[in-house]
Amino acid sequence: MAINGADTVWVLLSSALVLLMVPALALFYGGLVQRKNVLSSMMHSFVAMGVLALEWVIIGYSLAFSEGNWFVGGLGNALLNGIDLYSVTGTIPTYAFVAFQGMFAIITPALISGAIVGRVKFKSYIAFILLWGLLVYAPVCHWVWGGGFLTGEALDFAGGTVVHITAGMSSLAILAYLGKRRGYGVDSLKPHNVTLTLLGAGLLWFGWFGFNAGSALAANEVATLAFMTTLVAPAAAGFVWMSLEWMHLGRPTALGFATGILAGLVGITPAAGFVTPVAAIAIGAIASFICYQAVMFKNRLGYDDSLDAFGVHGVGGIVGAILTGVYASVGGEGLLLGNSAQLMIQLEGVVITIVYAMACTLLIGFVLHKTIGLKVTESEEIIGLDKTQHGEAAYNI
Amino acid sequence: MKYVIAMIRPERLDAVKRELQKIEVSRLTVSSVSGYGAQKGYLEIYRAMEYDANLLEKIKIEIAVNDEFLEPTIEAIKTGAKGSDGYVGSGKIFVLPLENVIRIRTNETGPEAI
Repeated sequence: MAINGADTVWVLLSSALVLLMVPALALFYGGLVQRKNVLSSMMHSFVAMGVLALEWVIIGYSLAFSEGNWFVGGLGNALLNGIDLYSVTGTIPTYAFVAFQGMFAIITPALISGAIVGRVKFKSYIAFILLWGLLVYAPVCHWVWGGGFLTGEALDFAGGTVVHITAGMSSLAILAYLGKRRGYGVDSLKPHNVTLTLLGAGLLWFGWFGFNAGSALAANEVATLAFMTTLVAPAAAGFVWMSLEWMHLGRPTALGFATGILAGLVGITPAAGFVTPVAAIAIGAIASFICYQAVMFKNRLGYDDSLDAFGVHGVGGIVGAILTGVYASVGGEGLLLGNSAQLMIQLEGVVITIVYAMACTLLIGFVLHKTIGLKVTESEEIIGLDKTQHGEAAYNI
Repeated sequence: MKYVIAMIRPERLDAVKRELQKIEVSRLTVSSVSGYGAQKGYLEIYRAMEYDANLLEKIKIEIAVNDEFLEPTIEAIKTGAKGSDGYVGSGKIFVLPLENVIRIRTNETGPEAI
């Protein structure tokens, strides 16, 4: 097919929007940690832009999207071998496709950092995201989008399974080796600056229009639909989260509203181009309701998913993937149109992804734990990672 | 009456507050300060320039107490601030004589007003 100028513009713009979500995530997470760990948690996102962009070009893209088997792609496009200026994917230059997909490969491992703030060694974090990008992200991306066994079967418009379930479930798994922050459940580990978090949430929403509507890979009616659903689902979700807090705790918090927005964004991601805007409102509201319960439940269970990477991305991703099988009506048919088979396929994709992502993460965690070690020393954790890992302080006199 | 000033590590604040609550000392002022004692600071680096950043973040707690509360207060701060690890840098407690206290709303003065 010939290259379409409008499609190319939209995908390039969307790629830049998705990249903006990475510093947005840094702000979102950075505001939620203690002031001694601000730069450290922001660096978890920023360093992902460095190392994972390179990994994607060197081998990640090939493992995800080149010719391979049902499980993983081959090495045919390693170092972008075989792709040149004139290569075309769909209606856009292949370089645009590589760039757009690369942004997803960058932000997905960075999401996991929210679970492990304040206690992971920086070099181990880098090793972790590099290994995770190869062993978890690239294969699952290949299954769902790159020609693997779920391609054309499971509906995942922009990465509910590929991005959010993989990252969210891995967040839970890696805690097996990193445990809790010192003082968790005893001392107050309050967010140090919620305004940064709100700014981050706003920029994430902005960038998410590229994430979801860009996933149409064309400037067309499906992209427009995904844009609309990405507007209304988080709106409903923010409203629901705020209302639940208002009822349960007596106060509608700013952080609660921001968290609701994020839950809605995650929930609508797999469904974005497959459902009507009205269905998107339902998906956003349901995702928000269930994520709220998950976050409350976590507080009772006592595991330290510090910034709720599992509670929002893992749970929201699962809810979104399943609801896509219920509400799909554009380019696919869900349960409400009598197609229960689609729901079963969605469930299959969810379960396989959960098991695979968690098993791989435990394996990577085990290897790092036994070799270079994952956790900082007690005294480094007390002083804070900004000073001990980076030699800087976020706020000076 | 005595005025107690304690310099402690930021992460021990919650523990110190808990210890103080146990002995029903419920009035205190807390501020975020910078300083150092025997604990040496961390080297900081900005754009390849190294700074010997020996100022560390500390918490200053100020409490006015009646004489009979002095010893329990000091014990509570010591217990909370030291924790189980006892690193260098756990902090110091200063005790000063306090001449008078005036509660602005009621004009009470002296031990009554604390």
